[in-house]
Amino acid sequence: MTGKLDLDPALVARARELARRAGQPVVDLARSHTTVSVERAVLRLAGVTGADPDGIPWVNRLVDAVVADVGLGHGVAAPVFDALAREEITDVTLLAQKAAAGSVRFTQPTGKAATAARRAARKAVAAGVRQIDRRRAERDRLVKRYGDPRQRPWIYLIVATGDIYEDIPQAQAAARAGADVIAVIRSTGQSLLDYVPEGATREGFAGTYATQENFRLMRAALDESSRELGRYVRLTNYASGLCMPEMATLAGLERLDMMLNDSMYGILFRDINPIRTFVDQRFSRQVHARAGIIINTGEDNYLTTADAVEEAHTVTVSQLLNEFFAHEAGLADWQLGLGHAFEINPDLPESFRLELAHALLARELFPDAPLKWMPPTKHMTGDVFRGNLLDGFFNLVGTMTGQGILLVGMMTEAVVTPWLSDRDIALQNVRYVLGAAGGLHEDFVPAPGGFIQQRANRVIGEAVELLERIGEQSLLTAIAEGTFGIMKRPADRGKGLDGVARHEADYYNPATDLLERAA
Amino acid sequence: MTEKKIVRPYGDTTGDGMVQVSFTLPVPHDKRAEGAAVQLAAKMGIDPAMLVHAKQMGDGYTFFVVYGRVNHLVDLSAVQVVERDFPLLSAKEVNALVKQRLRRKLSVVGACIGTDAHTVGIDAILNVKGIAGEKGLEYYRELKVTNLGAQVSVPELVEAARVEKADAVLVSQVVTQRDAHLHNTREMSAAFREAMPAGKRPLLIVGGPRFDETMAEELGVDRIFGRGTTPGEVASYLAYALITNRKARAA
Repeated sequence: MTGKLDLDPALVARARELARRAGQPVVDLARSHTTVSVERAVLRLAGVTGADPDGIPWVNRLVDAVVADVGLGHGVAAPVFDALAREEITDVTLLAQKAAAGSVRFTQPTGKAATAARRAARKAVAAGVRQIDRRRAERDRLVKRYGDPRQRPWIYLIVATGDIYEDIPQAQAAARAGADVIAVIRSTGQSLLDYVPEGATREGFAGTYATQENFRLMRAALDESSRELGRYVRLTNYASGLCMPEMATLAGLERLDMMLNDSMYGILFRDINPIRTFVDQRFSRQVHARAGIIINTGEDNYLTTADAVEEAHTVTVSQLLNEFFAHEAGLADWQLGLGHAFEINPDLPESFRLELAHALLARELFPDAPLKWMPPTKHMTGDVFRGNLLDGFFNLVGTMTGQGILLVGMMTEAVVTPWLSDRDIALQNVRYVLGAAGGLHEDFVPAPGGFIQQRANRVIGEAVELLERIGEQSLLTAIAEGTFGIMKRPADRGKGLDGVARHEADYYNPATDLLERAA
Repeated sequence: MTEKKIVRPYGDTTGDGMVQVSFTLPVPHDKRAEGAAVQLAAKMGIDPAMLVHAKQMGDGYTFFVVYGRVNHLVDLSAVQVVERDFPLLSAKEVNALVKQRLRRKLSVVGACIGTDAHTVGIDAILNVKGIAGEKGLEYYRELKVTNLGAQVSVPELVEAARVEKADAVLVSQVVTQRDAHLHNTREMSAAFREAMPAGKRPLLIVGGPRFDETMAEELGVDRIFGRGTTPGEVASYLAYALITNRKARAA
């Protein structure tokens, strides 16, 4: 369904080229640095599991021990597998325990020892990557057996009680009520933890901790629901914050299906160091690519801080950057749930037509990406009746512009976490709109030269202007100067900077090697 | 002026007492469920109750909408409200006040002190992301926010407040074992009193789910915020205490 907006192909090509130009230096930066979380993800792939009695994961203890002895810049794989050989043990987790007790010294091996350590590391990590491959094949099998949702967009619902054992029945009830995708919102503040908590958790702040065990429990429950309902119910979590690479790895190992993974969200909204974010993001996306996971990007967030009309082009710019970074990391178009949102002030004249123009623009710029359509939040006031009406219009834009994933809006947004009845009413709203107008996109062709076409062309024009400005000063400078959202985030500030290191000449990371060879 | 003291809800006729409510009962939809909904409405004072909508959700829940006449009266003269002692302002209004009256950025330094690693509270108030749909203080153009994060020592906090020329210091305390939050707060306020003369001392604010909001004086701080506080309330308080009510504080 291309061609409804009469976009200038040369302008679109120029926008992509500018995004590439702005993104490439960041990719170069990501390729020449590593982080503690990347290295911990490598160790997770190599089979390190569990946590010490204080709940600090063994991967953290092991990386900390290696960093203390040889630094981060060589990568931990070689020193760890070198120590493993010297200690004459095979269990990497046991080595982590010994290292935490201070009974192992690490060195950067050279010569034959280095070759042997690298070979052993590669073998161990390859086993983890194979496990991710097996999980992907398993998903393909289950989708074939149970089928995809019967309609587009897929219906995406959020669960968030804080207690995984409460989340499970709620998620299953939501699936029964029509949800195709379940997202488990994380506990507030998890993104700023520099470790991944362990085990099943029953207490969270406005969300449930993302842990490997919680992933496993919820995926098993939704497999049950898929069997019962005769359609594969997908599971979403978050590869964001300080542990992005590890979250991606755990998601791959536990067959999650979608992950939130934005290129700039952590920088802008969580004040995480830009370099840390870009390095972590590239690795996490390589893992997602391998795992067949659909990423969801976070452009909707810009519109919650900035004006949805004036700043509409920043969404387009961010989508183009997210696309560039995603392709570079090996993700295919079908894996790009690029985000955007229905956040224009409803009191503004023609707000609905503007929403249509923006949503159709995203659809036409990224014809093969699923696109994630996010409901109104900023202008939800607590007037639940008006909220339900707005959500109906949101659903209508979603279906008229062929969005791939529709996050169900709640009329009680900003009032309470959704009640059972709120969710039911919201799903009724979605079903009504998709039922009544599900095919309307076939008939909906904006008038040539009319309001919608003009608006879309103006937004892409402004996006190109912004990309040109970024091109002159580099993306990191643009972020430092507050181009996105309104936050200024310099590259030498922000959380997690002390966990970043430039690659030494002998840097070795078997996971990156394996993931890049496949791509 | 003749103020009407007694009122009833208004549907379409003065004094008709009509209300509309909706709720869910954990029972499947059948005759008995509808009877149960009417019984609940009656206990709420709705009589007669008209059950206008009932719909089963999932296996064992039913959603009801009830209209009816409520027999309660409201006595306006007996209404008691706890007034917030500062006006609630929008981000725009706070920014405008700072810009016009302070004529420089208002500096805020925040931290979790002691061994407390729970940055949930301070991040909800300070990070742009905010909480419950409200943006955090970083979002306010006229506020300069320095978030020191977790496990900050009191001397570090005092030093950071000095360097940043803090107008206000925000401390979050979640951990309450052995009253750690109270000890830490007292230590913090004493350190500021010792390090800075009264007129130069930043506004001291603590927050956390287990604080008693009336203990501010006892703990030596200017204000305590409890569970459910939003960034907007904190920003409004800052504008009130540091700008619009500044004289009162000095006096």
